[in-house]
Amino acid sequence: MITTTPAQGAEPATSDNIGKAPAFAPTKTNKFLGATANYIDERTSMSGLVKEVGRKIFPDHWSFMLGEVALYSFVVILLSGTFLTFFFQPSMAEVNYNGSYVPLKGLNMSAAMASTLDISFDIRGGLLFRQIHHWAALLFVAAIMLHMLRVYFTGAFRKPREINWVVGFTLWILAMAEGFTGYSLPDDLLSGNGARIIDGMIKGIPVIGVWISYLVFGGEFPGTDMVGRFYSLHIMLLPALLIALLGVHLLLLIINKHTQFAGPGKTNQNVVGVPVMPVFAAKAGGFFFIVFGVIVLIASLFTINPIWNYGPYDPSPVSAGTQPDWYIGFADGALRLVPPGWEFVAFGYTVSMNILVPITVLGLFIVVVLLYPFFEAWVTGDKREHHILDRPRNAPTRTAIGAAGIVFYASLWAAASSDIMATHFHLSLNYVIHACQAALILGPFIAFWVTKRVCLALQKKDREIALHGYESGRIVRLPGGEYIEVHEQLDEYERWRLLDFNEYEPLMVRPNANGKITALQRARASASSFFFEDRIAPVKRSEIEASHHDEGH
Amino acid sequence: MAEHDDEAPTAGSAVEKREPRQVSAGTAVVTSDVFQNPGEPPHRDRVTDIDPKVEKRAERQVSLFFFLSIVGSIAAIGAYVAFPITSGDSGSVRLNNLFLGLGIALGLLSVGIGAVHWSKTLMPAREITEMRHDTRGSEPTREKAVEVFALGNHESGFGRRSLIRNSLIGALVATPLPAVVLFRDLAPAEDPNAVLRHTLWEEGMHLAADPSGTRIKASDVTLGSVFHVIPENLNESEHLLEEKAKAAVLLMRLKPEDLNPAEGREDWQYDGIVAYSKICTHVGCPVALYEQQTHHLLCPCHQSTFDVTNNCEVIFGPAKRPLPQLPITVDADGYLVAQSDFHEPVGPSFWEREK
Repeated sequence: MITTTPAQGAEPATSDNIGKAPAFAPTKTNKFLGATANYIDERTSMSGLVKEVGRKIFPDHWSFMLGEVALYSFVVILLSGTFLTFFFQPSMAEVNYNGSYVPLKGLNMSAAMASTLDISFDIRGGLLFRQIHHWAALLFVAAIMLHMLRVYFTGAFRKPREINWVVGFTLWILAMAEGFTGYSLPDDLLSGNGARIIDGMIKGIPVIGVWISYLVFGGEFPGTDMVGRFYSLHIMLLPALLIALLGVHLLLLIINKHTQFAGPGKTNQNVVGVPVMPVFAAKAGGFFFIVFGVIVLIASLFTINPIWNYGPYDPSPVSAGTQPDWYIGFADGALRLVPPGWEFVAFGYTVSMNILVPITVLGLFIVVVLLYPFFEAWVTGDKREHHILDRPRNAPTRTAIGAAGIVFYASLWAAASSDIMATHFHLSLNYVIHACQAALILGPFIAFWVTKRVCLALQKKDREIALHGYESGRIVRLPGGEYIEVHEQLDEYERWRLLDFNEYEPLMVRPNANGKITALQRARASASSFFFEDRIAPVKRSEIEASHHDEGH
Repeated sequence: MAEHDDEAPTAGSAVEKREPRQVSAGTAVVTSDVFQNPGEPPHRDRVTDIDPKVEKRAERQVSLFFFLSIVGSIAAIGAYVAFPITSGDSGSVRLNNLFLGLGIALGLLSVGIGAVHWSKTLMPAREITEMRHDTRGSEPTREKAVEVFALGNHESGFGRRSLIRNSLIGALVATPLPAVVLFRDLAPAEDPNAVLRHTLWEEGMHLAADPSGTRIKASDVTLGSVFHVIPENLNESEHLLEEKAKAAVLLMRLKPEDLNPAEGREDWQYDGIVAYSKICTHVGCPVALYEQQTHHLLCPCHQSTFDVTNNCEVIFGPAKRPLPQLPITVDADGYLVAQSDFHEPVGPSFWEREK
C-alpha cells in the first residue's frame, strides 16, 4: 500500500492511498454527509481544495512543534483578548475607584485602570482571562523566538524559504509591539514607568525627538491619549497585520512544503511524513488543545502582572526591581549597560549617545537577524533549493554565529535584571553591570570559538563512527595475545543520517571576464574562507569501502 | 556537475530555456562519490497494530479522555456558580480563578491528550512519501505569465505612453500625502519646547508632602530623612500627572558640612536641607531610592547613581547630567518654600535642551 521511494528520488513515486480508500457504505448518515458535501462543493469547488491539501504530508520532529506553539498561543491570545475588550475601557478619564478591591478604594485613577481592576475583582473569570491573555502573550513571543532559533540552526531559511524568514521576522517584531502596547493599557504604575522610559528614549532622538514624543502622547507625557491610541494599535492595526502576515507565512509553508531532517528514504526531492487527514490533523488539533490547556492551567495557578499591587500610574513613586515583560528586557538591558557620561553638547544641541547607541545596537542586531539568510546565500553562491535540514554541527560557522548572537542577546537581557541579580545574590550592582558589559563584548567571541570547535569535534566523531563503527564494549584477545575492542558497524540507515549533508569549499578569487578582481569578489572570498576554511567532509562511498576492506582482513 | 562552480550564470529575471534545469551549487562540493540513500527502513508495527486487545484498550483510553474533558467543562461551569466573588474578599477572587481555571484546563487538556493518543495509537503509523517539485512554475507557465504582462503592457500602453505612466506614478505618490499632514493634530499646536522648560515651581511656592499636599516645616525635616515633595498647588492643577512628571522633588537633610555646593548655589539649601528633581536625567524614571549612609540617590530603572553631597553629580550608570537642584529657603513661619523654578529643564535630555 505504500511505495518506498527510490534512494535519490529520481522517479516520481505514487505514495498515497487515494483511490484505495474503502468506499463509503450508503448508510443514512453517509447519505446526509454526501448531500451536504455536494451542496457545498457545487457552490465553492471545495473538493479541489480538499483533494489538494487533505493528504498533504507533514514530516515529524519535536522541534517543528515550536512554530505550532506560537500559532496556537496566538489563537488563545485572540480568544482571551476578545473577552477582555467586552469589559475594558480604553480611557484615561479620571474616575474615583469604588470597586471590590479595598486597598485602592476611593483613589483617583484612569477609567482604564479602574476597569482593569473590575475585570480582576468583580467579574467572574475576569482575572483568569487577564492572566490567560498575559501568559499566552509571554509564551507567544518565547515560542516565536525558539521557532526562529530552530529555523536558523537547521538552515531552514535557505532557498526557497528566505521570504518566509522575512515574514516570520516581521511577525516577531509585531508580536513584541503587540506585547508592549498591551502591557501599557491598564495604566498602572509599572507600565506607566515603561511608557515613561519610551518617552525618554524618544526625546533622546536628535532634531525630531521632542516633537515625536509630543505627537505620540498627544502633548506632554503622560497626557490623556496614550491608552486610547495604544488600544487601537493593540486590538486593530497590529492584530490585522499579524493575521495577514500569519496567513502569508502559512501559505508559503504549504507552497514550499515542510523541510525534513536527513534520514533513510528522505531526499531533497520528497517529503516523508504523515498526511493532514487524519494523523496530522489529530496531532496538531490535539496539540492546540494541549497548549491552550497548559496556558489556562498556568493562569489558574500563577499570578501575572498584579496591577493592584502596583497601583495607578503616578510619575513620582516607583518600586525597586522594576522590570519590563521578558521580551522587552534586551532593550532595557541595552540602556543599562551604557557607561556614564555618554552625552555631549555640540553647537548648542544635546546629543544623547546614552540613548542613541543602545537604539543603534538593537537596530543593527535585528537587521542582522533579518538579513542573515541573504548573506549566507551570497557567501555560498548556492542557488539550489534546500529541503533537507542541516544538523547544527554540520554547519559549524553558522551554528557558531548563532551561538554568538544568543550570548549577545542574553547579555543584554540579563542586564535588564541587574538590580535583581545584585540583591538576590548579594553582589555589588556595579560589578553585575560590569560583568554584563564584559559578557556583551567578549561573550560572543568566546561563544563563537567554543561552538565552532565543538561542532567540528562532533563532526569528527560522526565521521569516525561512520567509517569504523561504534565501540561495542566487547574485548577480544587475538591468538598473538593482543587485545582489541571490537567495533560494530552501524546499519546502513543509521549511517545515512551521519553522511547526508552539504559540504562547501572556500571560494577561490578569480578574475572576471575583464581580467579584474572586484572588491565585492574579494569580500565574498574572505567571507567564504571565514565560513568554510575549517571543515570536515562527509564520508565518501570510496572511503567506506576502503575502510571495510581494511577491517575485513 | 563540476567539482565546484563559483561563477555559474545566475538565474536572471527573464525566462531561461534550459533543459534539464541546472542551478549553480555555488561553492558546494558536488561529487559522484556519495553513499547511496538506503531508502526507507522496514516498517515496524506497533502493539496496537498487532494485538486487538491492546487496540481495544487504546480505544477505551481515548474515549475516556474525551469523557474526562466533558467532566472538566461541566466542572468549570459548576465552579463559576459555586465560587462567586464577594465584594472586598480577595480570597473569593482567588478561589474563583483557581477552580474555574482548573475546570477549563481539564476540559482542554483532556481533548488534546485524547486526540494525540488517538493519532499515535490507532491511526496509521506508516510514513507516506510525497514528491516535491521545483518551487518555480514550469517553463510553459512562466512563459504564459510573461505573456500576460506583455499583453497588459501592450494593450494599456503603460510602457509606451510615458506621459500617462509618469503622471499616474506622480498621482499615486501624492494621494497619501494628505494622510501625513492629518497626523499633525495628534499633538496640540504650541511648541513643546516651551512647555518642557517650566514647572509649577515659582518664588514662594510652598514645598508640600506627596501626595497629601501638606506644607513641610524645616524643623520637621530631621537629619537623614527624605521627603517626597510636590508643589503645594499641584493637586489643584488641571494637568496633574503632566505637571507632577516635571515638578516631583526629593528633599533630604544632610549635615551642612557634608555638602559641597557648587559655585553660586551656596544659598540654594537651608541648613543642610536640599531639594533635587526626582526625575532621572537619563530617561525620566523617578529616582526614588535614597541610601542614607552614602548619600547616594539610585534610579531603580537603569541604576544611574547620583551623589547628593556633590550636587547630585552622576557617579554610576547611563545618566550624564546631575539632577537639577531646586533652590529653597523658609518663609516667615519656618515652612520650606521654593526660591524660584528650576534653573534648567528637568527630566530626560532632548535635542534643544541647551537652547
